[in-house]
Amino acid sequence: MNIPDGWQIDIGLEIHAQLNTQSKIFSGASTLFGSEPNIQASAVDLALPGVLPVVNEAVYAKAIRFGLGVSAEIAQLSAFDRKNYFYPDLPKGYQITQMDLPIVTGGHIDIVLKNGTAKRIRITRAHLEEDAGKSLHEDFDYFTGIDLNRAGTPLLEIVSEPDIKSAFEAVAYARKIHQLVTYLDICDGNMSQGSLRFDANISVRREDSATLGIRAEIKNLNSFRFLERAITYETDRQISLLEANKSVPQETRLYDPGKDETRPMRSKETATDYRYFPEPDLLPVVVTDEMINDIKAEMPELPAERCQRFIDEFKLTLTDANLLANDRRLADYFETAVENSKNALLSANWVKSELLGHLNRDSVSIKDSPVSAIQLGELVSLISAGTISGKIAKDVFSALWSGETTSATIYIEQHGLQQLTDQTALEPLILEILDANPKQRQQLLSGKDKLMGFFVGQVMKQTQGKANPQQVNTIIKRLLQETP
Amino acid sequence: MNLNNATISELHQLLITKAISATELTKHFLDRIADRDSQINSFITVTPDIALEQAKAADLALASDTHTMLTGIPLAHKDIFCIDGIRTTAGSKILADFVAPYTSTCIDNLNNAGSITLGKTNMDEFAMGSSNESSFFGPVSNPWDHTKVPGGSSGGSAASLAASLCVASTGTDTGGSIRQPASMCGLTGLKPTYGRISRWGMIAFASSLDQAGSFTRTAEDAAILLECMAGHDSKDSTSLNLDVPRYTEALSRPLAGLKIGICSDYFKEGLDSAVENLVLEGIRELGRMGAKVSEIELPHTKFSLSSYYVIAPAECSANLSRYDGVRYGYRCDNPVNLEDLYKRSRSEGFGAEVKKRIMVGTFALSAGYYDAYYRKAQQIRRLIKNDFISAFKQVDVIVGPTAPSTAFPLGEKTNDAVSMYLQDIYTIAASLAGVPAMSIPVGLSKGMPAGLQLIGNYLEEAKLLQVAHQFQQQTDWHKQQPQSSIR
Repeated sequence: MNIPDGWQIDIGLEIHAQLNTQSKIFSGASTLFGSEPNIQASAVDLALPGVLPVVNEAVYAKAIRFGLGVSAEIAQLSAFDRKNYFYPDLPKGYQITQMDLPIVTGGHIDIVLKNGTAKRIRITRAHLEEDAGKSLHEDFDYFTGIDLNRAGTPLLEIVSEPDIKSAFEAVAYARKIHQLVTYLDICDGNMSQGSLRFDANISVRREDSATLGIRAEIKNLNSFRFLERAITYETDRQISLLEANKSVPQETRLYDPGKDETRPMRSKETATDYRYFPEPDLLPVVVTDEMINDIKAEMPELPAERCQRFIDEFKLTLTDANLLANDRRLADYFETAVENSKNALLSANWVKSELLGHLNRDSVSIKDSPVSAIQLGELVSLISAGTISGKIAKDVFSALWSGETTSATIYIEQHGLQQLTDQTALEPLILEILDANPKQRQQLLSGKDKLMGFFVGQVMKQTQGKANPQQVNTIIKRLLQETP
Repeated sequence: MNLNNATISELHQLLITKAISATELTKHFLDRIADRDSQINSFITVTPDIALEQAKAADLALASDTHTMLTGIPLAHKDIFCIDGIRTTAGSKILADFVAPYTSTCIDNLNNAGSITLGKTNMDEFAMGSSNESSFFGPVSNPWDHTKVPGGSSGGSAASLAASLCVASTGTDTGGSIRQPASMCGLTGLKPTYGRISRWGMIAFASSLDQAGSFTRTAEDAAILLECMAGHDSKDSTSLNLDVPRYTEALSRPLAGLKIGICSDYFKEGLDSAVENLVLEGIRELGRMGAKVSEIELPHTKFSLSSYYVIAPAECSANLSRYDGVRYGYRCDNPVNLEDLYKRSRSEGFGAEVKKRIMVGTFALSAGYYDAYYRKAQQIRRLIKNDFISAFKQVDVIVGPTAPSTAFPLGEKTNDAVSMYLQDIYTIAASLAGVPAMSIPVGLSKGMPAGLQLIGNYLEEAKLLQVAHQFQQQTDWHKQQPQSSIR
C-alpha cells in the first residue's frame, strides 16, 4: 500500500489473545474449542442468580510472562472492573475486565521495516478480561442462537500506542505479538479459532498536522490479511472524505471480507457509556516480587535470543537461523532433530527443505507433522554416518511421511538400502561399466570432466542409488590412473 | 415445655433426650405454618416434603449420636438463598419460577449440620425495602399487630419467627435488612462482619454490602447459628479466610470493664421519644452490669444514608442486568425484537422499587456523573470506615437505637421513599464499614417491640454476642412474644 502524498496514518491496535488455560477465567468450565453449543457453560458462565466469579490464578502468570516479554511494568496491585452493556452473548450484562488498574503497563515490541531497519512500537497496557459468548445469526430463522461455550474464556487485551503508521507496520506488529504469545506459551495463536483477534483504531491527518485525526475503530479482525485489507480500505476511505472536505465521524466499523470494505456497525451494537466501576465480587490482584522472580526464572528463550544461539551454537546462517527460530514449534522441532542427529547443519537443511516442503504441500501444521523430530533426527544421522545417500534418504522420508514405516533404520534394513561402501564390491562393477563404454571412457581420459557425471550416474543406476557418489568418483579416478 | 417459645439450645436438649423427635418437632411447625401463615404471609414457599425427609435423617443422626446442636432444628430461610431443587424467587416476579441447580454455601452448612428447612420466607423484592411491602408475593404482617409492617427486607424471616412458625431463621442485611425487622418483631438479629459468611448462592443486591445473618430468640442461638454458617468458601473470593471462633464459649464472660460508646448522632431529631427512652434505659442497664459508658464521635455517619443510596443502587444496577429474559426467569410474551424482549421482560418482571434503584444506580455510574456520585460516595464510605476504626480504639461496642421507631402501619410509607429510607439511618453505617452489628429487644412501646443496636469492631462478633447474652440474662425483653404466637 502506498500512502498518498501529504497524508499520515496513525494506527493503534487492540489485540485480544485468548490465554491457553484449561478452564475459564472465572469458572471451572473447560475452554476447549469446537464443542457442542453451551455444554461448557457452568452456572457462573450462565450468570445464574447468586453465583460468584473466582479468578483462575493461572491467568496471572500468563499475563506476567507477557509483561516480562515486552519489558513492561508488572503492577503490584491490579483490579477488576465491571463494563456494563446488554447483549445476549454477555450473560451477566457486564464484562469483568481491568479498566483503572491493568496488570501490565508500558513495554514495547520492535518490528522490522521494509528497508531492514528496526522500529519500536510502544505498548500502552495489557489487561485481563473475559471473552463473551457467540451469537449465531445465520443458523436459525427469526432467531439468534447463543453459544456460551466461549463466555468466560480468559483474554489478555494488548493495547498499543498509535505508533503504527501503515498497514505493513500493523501486520508486522501483529505478527510479532503472535510470535511472542505462542513462544511464551500463553496463547495457542490459532487464528482460525479466534485465539488472536484485532481491533484497529485508524485515523489519518495531513502530514503537517500535529494532532491525531478522528479515528474509526474496526472491530474483530481475525486474520493478518483482513487486518491489512481493512486498514488499506479504511485509510483510503478517510482520506477521500477529508479530501472532499467532509468529516470523518468517530465510530465503530466492521470489515466485510466478502466485499473488502468497512461499514459502520448498527448503532445498537455500540454502547456509548459502559459505566465502569470496580468489581465488588473480586479482591484486588496482588503480585509479589517473588511471583515475578519465579516467572522470570521460567521464561522461555525468546525468538531473537534463540536465533542468535542457533548462529553461535549451530553455525547456521542468519537467514536459516531466523527461519527456524521464528516459530517456537518449528524451532523446538529443529532442536530435537539436532539432538537425535548430532548434525545441526544437515538437520537444518532437511527441516527447511524436505520437512517444510511436505508440510506446505499437504497444508499440515508443524504440530501435526506425520514425521516426528526424533524420526527426522534418526534419518539425518543415517545420512551423516554415510549409511544411506541423500537421494535414498528422500525416499525414506516419503515412507515416513506416508506412514509406511515408523523408523528409518528398520525401513532401510527391510529394503536393503544401505550404501554400497565396500570397495571390493564396487570395483568390478565400475570396471565393467568403464569397459562397456569405451568412447566415453576415452573422452573422460582426454579431459572431458563432465563425463565423470555420466559414469557416476551409470554406477548409481546399476546399484539402484545405493552407492556413495563421492566414493564412486574417487574409485573411477583411481582406476583410470591405474589402467588408462 | 412450650415449643412455641423454645430456643435452639432448649430444643436440642429435648431432641437428644428423645423427649421429642425431629419429625414431631418439624410437623409441629409445619402444622403451625399451614394454620397461621395465611394471616401474616411470611412464607413464599413451604417445603413439607423436604422438611420431613430431613427430619427423618435427623432422627437417624440423633439415634446414632452423630448429631450437632442444629440436628433436627426447624429453620426458615429467606427466599434469597438458592437451594437446589426449591424455587428461589428473591421476592420478584422475574424469578417467580426459578429453581437453582445449586445450594448456597450458607444454607449448605446449615443442612449439613442436620437442620430442617421448613420453607423460604417472604422478602422485599431483591432485598430492596424496609417494610416487606415491595414483594411480588404480597406484604407480610407483623405478628405483634397485623396492621403493621414487620420491617424489611427480611420481613418474612422475622415475622415467621415472631409468629413461632420456626425456631430460627436466616436473613440477609445490606443496609439493615436483618437488624431493622429484628427490632420491629422483638427478635435477636445478627449481621456479622462483611465476608464472615459466604455469599455463594445468595442472590446479590449490592455485592460489597450484602451479608447473611440470622434471626433468633436469643444471643446464644445466634452464636450457635453463626458457628455453623460462618467460614471461608473458595467459591466466594470476598469470604474471609479466617478460622471461625467458638462463639458459644465467649457468652458467659461478665461485662465488667467493658467499654461502651454512645454517639450523639444516633439520638437526634427523627428518633421516636418512646424508643429513645427504651434505648437509654437499656444502656443504663448495661452500665449497671459493669460496662463503662462514654461518648464517642462518628463524624461522617450523618452522610451514610446518602452514600449508601448511591453505592447500593450502583451495584444493583449491574447485579440485576442478568435478568434479561434471555436464559431464565420471566420473559415477556411475543417479543418482536431483542430490544423489545429486554424492555418488556424487565419492565414487566421488576417491581417499582427495584426499577427505581436500577435507574438511580445507572445514573450514578454514568459518564459525567461518576465522580460526583459514585466516587464521592466511595470516599465517604472510606471516611465512615475510618470513623469506626478510631472509635473502636476507645470502646469495645457502640450502642444505640436500631430503628427510629417501632413498626409502622402497612401502607404508611409506601409513597414516601425518603421516610422509608430513613428507617435504615442507624443501621447503614455499619453496613458501609463492614463491621458486625446486632439488634436485641429492649422493650415495648404501645405494645410494639423496639431494638437496641450493638455495633462491634471487625470480626468481634464474639464480643457482641457476649454483651447481648449478658443483657439477656438480666432482662426478659427478648422473651416477650406476641400473644398470638404463644398459643
